[in-house]
Amino acid sequence: MGDILLLLIILGFTFFTGSIIEKRHFENIKKREIALIRKPIINFGAKTWHTNKKIKKIELVTGECVISGDYFKNFVAGLKNLFGGRLTTFESVIDRGRREAILRMREKARGANFIVNARIESVMINDTYGQETVPQCAIIAYGTAVTYE
Amino acid sequence: MILTNIESVPGMVITAQYGLVTGSTVRAKNAIKDFGAGLKNMVGGELKSYTELLSEARKEAVARMEQQAFKMGANAVINVRLATSSVTVGAAEVYAYGTAVKVEPKG
Repeated sequence: MGDILLLLIILGFTFFTGSIIEKRHFENIKKREIALIRKPIINFGAKTWHTNKKIKKIELVTGECVISGDYFKNFVAGLKNLFGGRLTTFESVIDRGRREAILRMREKARGANFIVNARIESVMINDTYGQETVPQCAIIAYGTAVTYE
Repeated sequence: MILTNIESVPGMVITAQYGLVTGSTVRAKNAIKDFGAGLKNMVGGELKSYTELLSEARKEAVARMEQQAFKMGANAVINVRLATSSVTVGAAEVYAYGTAVKVEPKG
């Protein structure tokens, strides 16, 4: 009985904290994305992209983010896994992480005109063998920032 | 040192190429930070200390790659790729590789 009560308390608490953190994070991401809306970012150009304009600076820009879900999300996903289908609680976590990493990359390229050949690399870092864990996802976004003269 | 992840350096011509250069690193944070991240795991959100760890690992891997290219006499690395893998809990591996080349301004 005590165990179930404890589980319910933990679930309730983590649902509360998790949803507040997620809401704030999404608001923050939206605000920053609107601020950067005029900066083009393209994911082609490894072979074909070229320009006749004079180039002042060219550099590699990166953005990193490690994101994790919470206990409640993990619990819900565990139940959902029995029936199959979309794990919406994890989708929002990974989505936040990717957008955050891309935003950090774009913010590092503040003065640049373009980011070409943007790539996103991600890896799960939660391999604790056999134990129940919350997924942690590490994401690196990188690209070449080009500044015209 | 110029780094790009496209197959050329815009505005410059490649005069010599020296082959593949690589740099890799595996880094970990201390036990206290791991514990803190474990707690953060329960409530959710970004794990700032691990983001920092990933960023340090990336810097070091790229620096090692640059050093190798510098020794060869190159002044740019093109087509840089970054790859990550999970080695063990609380550690990050970042692997950077690219082609070392010598570039000169056009015309």
